[in-house]
Amino acid sequence: MALKQLSVFLENREGRLEDLFNVFGENNIDIKSFSLAESTEYGVLRLIVSDPDKAKEALRNVDFSASLTDVIAVVLKGGFGSLQEVTDALPADLNIEYMYVLSTEAGHQSIVLKIKDIEKVEKVLIEKGFSLVD
Amino acid sequence: MAIWNEAKECMSRDEMSALQSARLKKIVNNVYHNVEFYRKKMQQCGIEPGDINGIEDLKNLPFTTKADLRDNYPFGLFAVPKSQIVRIHASSGTTGKSTVVGYTRKDIDTWCECVARCLTMAGLGKDDVIQVAYGYGLFTGGLGAHYGVEHLGATVVPMSTGNTKKLVNMMIDFGVTGLMCTPSYLMHIAEVIEEMGVRDQIKLRATLNGAEPWTEEMRRQVEEKLGIQAFDIYGLSEIMGPGVANDCIMHSGMHVFEDHFLPEIIDPNTCESLDDNVTGELVFTSLTKEGMPLLRYRTRDLTSLTHEPCECGRTTARLSRFKGRSDDMLIIRGVNVFPSQIEAALLSINGTTPNYQIIVDREGTLDSLQVRVEVEEKFFSDEIRELEKLTKQISHTIQQAIGLATQVKLVEPKTIERSDGKAKRVIDNRKFD
Ligand SMILES: [Zn+2]
Repeated sequence: MALKQLSVFLENREGRLEDLFNVFGENNIDIKSFSLAESTEYGVLRLIVSDPDKAKEALRNVDFSASLTDVIAVVLKGGFGSLQEVTDALPADLNIEYMYVLSTEAGHQSIVLKIKDIEKVEKVLIEKGFSLVD
Repeated sequence: MAIWNEAKECMSRDEMSALQSARLKKIVNNVYHNVEFYRKKMQQCGIEPGDINGIEDLKNLPFTTKADLRDNYPFGLFAVPKSQIVRIHASSGTTGKSTVVGYTRKDIDTWCECVARCLTMAGLGKDDVIQVAYGYGLFTGGLGAHYGVEHLGATVVPMSTGNTKKLVNMMIDFGVTGLMCTPSYLMHIAEVIEEMGVRDQIKLRATLNGAEPWTEEMRRQVEEKLGIQAFDIYGLSEIMGPGVANDCIMHSGMHVFEDHFLPEIIDPNTCESLDDNVTGELVFTSLTKEGMPLLRYRTRDLTSLTHEPCECGRTTARLSRFKGRSDDMLIIRGVNVFPSQIEAALLSINGTTPNYQIIVDREGTLDSLQVRVEVEEKFFSDEIRELEKLTKQISHTIQQAIGLATQVKLVEPKTIERSDGKAKRVIDNRKFD
């Protein structure tokens, strides 16, 4: 059960992030988590939001380049070394494109992973007793 | 497919040469006696009208340039008394004075005839409803196209430029089948049709597009997007306006209406005549113009010519796709660069749409070249690595095409200035003193 991540192209110029948040505000879209990847001239904002399809449409209407990307979100088992438990559970040859924190709420700590072959990884994680966020 | 004037558009090369020779002799005689500028110029070259016996003597005649038109502002090159002039058009000069052209009643008739030939070439006829979305006014585009459509007997809808949504709505409501506008405006219209989601409601069949260059890829793209045939129309106000040449259904070059305009290709530096299929500067001599006939007018447009008969049945000479303008040419670090080369390079990359801008600057003594490209959704990636790969690919492809290192900058969609008229593709920030 992949999660839909919203990815947005942002030029590094003043006010763009604010413009984007305004669009979300106007459309009642909740941001659950995000991470920003940057190069010197532009960035890609990756977000987990309440309604990704609606958010994408709203952004397109005001000329942002936005797309939806499949990611998976894993609930950490908690306690020391719980992040490593996840990476250890993954197939050895698997390349994690990127990852970020989805929630730090006690008991529901979770992370987002961008990987290839989502279905296979989901199966592996579930077999090893992890639960996924959907 | 129909041909508007088979007698003139399909005559044998021998007949055409004979007709052109007879008309050339007449026009040379006319300008020698009626335009002081040409009389003096010919005298300086040591030639008299009697020395010109046919098109083989064309090479002995003096050239005319845009500067000559400006120097003789406003009416210095007119060959008839002002009482015979029924219309004036003018082009806005980027540097000061505009250039003015005048037409007699017969010149307007010739223009209508030529535009009717173009429309027929595009498969349009008297049953069609045609929108003219060129600017109306001093610019030759609007009125030139307008009266040509009327002459054809079709229904003209004089839109001019501006409200694109209204244009699309009328296109649907009036059952519009033909459209004349600039290529960049056509692409804008196509975008608006897509945004409005009304592609299946339009009956548009053919468009005639001119007044600015575009590439074959852009033409094909828009044809596919709208399910139409897009034709190139060529013209320049100094010679007439839109309708000097037009692309036929074979899309293998634009047919020049040679019975009215005598084309030649020269080397822009040496001014020597060039053979068929060799790229150089296009030069036109008026063969029938009364108001302001011009001898060997240097268009600054770079193209080549072929006299091979076309599969469409016409025998008139054809111009290849324009390679740029000899004065649009950018000299960057000593290398000749045409914006059209960069455009073609961009289009060869899968998924890159033609929204770009070329920015030339000078840091110290070194020229820099930057190409800004809008990141369209279809090739946007959530991974920086993929975007960097794209940047490198664009930069590499441009470098292959022009031989210069290029900095590529990805920008957000719709951030490059676009207007309903001409697109600003080049910004040259260098100061030349
Ligand atoms: Zn043809």
